[in-house]
Amino acid sequence: MSIRERLSGNEATALGMKQINPDVVAAFPITPSTEIPQYFSTFVSNGSVDTEFVAVESEHSAMSACIGAEAAGARAMTATSSNGLALMWEMVNIASSLRLPIVMALVNRAISGPLNIHCDHSDAMGVRDAGWIMLFSENNQEAYDNLIMAHRIAEHKEVLLPLMVCQDGFITSHSIENIELIEDDKVKAFVGKYEPKDYLLNKKNPLSIGPLDLQAYLFEHKAAEADAMRNAKKVILEVADDFEKLTGRKYSFFEEYKLEDAEVAIICMNSTAGTAKATVDELRDKGVKVGLLKLRVFRPFPAEEIANAIAHLKAVAILDRADSLNAVGGVLFQDITSALYVNNKNVKAVNYIYGIGGRDTKMDDLEKVYNDLLEIKDSENKVENPYRYLGLRKED
Amino acid sequence: MNNLIEIRWHGRGGQGTKTASLLLAEVAFSTGKYVQGFPEYGPERMGAPLTAYNRISDTPITIHSNIYEPDYVIVVDDTLLDSIDVTEGLKKDGAIIINTTKNKEEITKKIPNYNNIYTIDAKTISIETLGKYFPNTPMLAAVVKVSGIMEEEEFLKNMRQSFNHKFAKKPEVIDGNMKALELALQKIHKL
Repeated sequence: MSIRERLSGNEATALGMKQINPDVVAAFPITPSTEIPQYFSTFVSNGSVDTEFVAVESEHSAMSACIGAEAAGARAMTATSSNGLALMWEMVNIASSLRLPIVMALVNRAISGPLNIHCDHSDAMGVRDAGWIMLFSENNQEAYDNLIMAHRIAEHKEVLLPLMVCQDGFITSHSIENIELIEDDKVKAFVGKYEPKDYLLNKKNPLSIGPLDLQAYLFEHKAAEADAMRNAKKVILEVADDFEKLTGRKYSFFEEYKLEDAEVAIICMNSTAGTAKATVDELRDKGVKVGLLKLRVFRPFPAEEIANAIAHLKAVAILDRADSLNAVGGVLFQDITSALYVNNKNVKAVNYIYGIGGRDTKMDDLEKVYNDLLEIKDSENKVENPYRYLGLRKED
Repeated sequence: MNNLIEIRWHGRGGQGTKTASLLLAEVAFSTGKYVQGFPEYGPERMGAPLTAYNRISDTPITIHSNIYEPDYVIVVDDTLLDSIDVTEGLKKDGAIIINTTKNKEEITKKIPNYNNIYTIDAKTISIETLGKYFPNTPMLAAVVKVSGIMEEEEFLKNMRQSFNHKFAKKPEVIDGNMKALELALQKIHKL
């Protein structure tokens, strides 16, 4: 029997970390993820975990400590947001290139500046090419479930890549909602013991990690890393199957919500997908054939699977909660439109940049997107101005 | 989701408004409901206006936006009536609950266009029962009474358990808090 609880996204994440009981947690506080190491440090001090908690002096040091711990052979975790991740950037790339399966909880917040503490995905998008597996979570339940699955994916011998679990700052991190928790012993059995093959503290097999890697080798090492990211796709699905057997909750690369017979659909990530579900329900009640594709696995990017899932649509709106400031469109828009092109699928596509700096995204906003799509689908012409804004205040 | 109830709280930093919204989520959760309780975060300062929200439903809630057309509005500090349009978007068949000592004439002058107004003197109740001014306990009882989201007896039973847990280290305050709830259930009245 699962445990019925009510927790915020941060509480659920900290509790998941407690159940995982990693060897090392190194973290530096930053809003809105601060509560995660704060709650976790109380688990450390009251003895309910036997984790070594390293209260570092910066996020750069937090990631460095995780790298050191993981390279030594320990299971390491951290949590951060926004500029914390930006400060880690150097070490974030080193963690993946050294093939260290560190797990991070990223509570998404706008990157400065000017200073803003609220949600958008500009922090995550800044590390989209850094070789980390990136999972996104609609609510507290998914933030928890993704975390419980994280180590099994990251530590798989054909993967060995770090992994981050993203959730929306404040919107889910600080909202109390219902959640189904898994019993401690079942989590422990599911996550399993960490048994790295190669590690620094193994005196029987001395090795060095991260030395000079010049023209003769770096290319091959990067190609191996890219292979690992491709392998992660299979492993993510295998772990999801096992998780479904444990909990009954089904996960894949993405969730298709009333997509099968839809004519038009929205694609987005994290909490806005929940608001979009309510909008789809309302429009379906009026007989409008709309749907949603909620992306969970952003890296590795399931390009072919997405292209196939949306090939039947007449128009699709791709919502990016971070602007790329490139005069073309957001990251998700570019990834999905190229997925369509490469897989020879022709679906009209439009991009909306939304929710920047915590701008609230309401059902009305999403209904407007669906209405735009219904116009686009009936038009003979190419989509005019495909790079749009949603919820941007107009000048009077 | 016809059974969805949406609530908006208006208070000032330091009055326990956020805590009250989280307590309401907890007590509704304990009766088997699906809940959301979330404050709108800003730069947190004592005395600054703040907003908090609840959604309560018999079925899972997926919406993750703020609440613009609440069924109920709760005003924890009546000085906010001068600076904020607290009835904005409030449903006609909903209600507003105000913590105030002001009479009908004074309140209707400030809220001329809304009929379902309830008032409660949470300050007097709080000081009588707790010896200090903690408006959120009586306000919690007021919203349960007006919204009818659960039976009064069930509410009191659940709150007793919740207080037993929350105040395990200072049980002397439990009876006072229970008395504050009971008194608020009696004293809340429609203008």
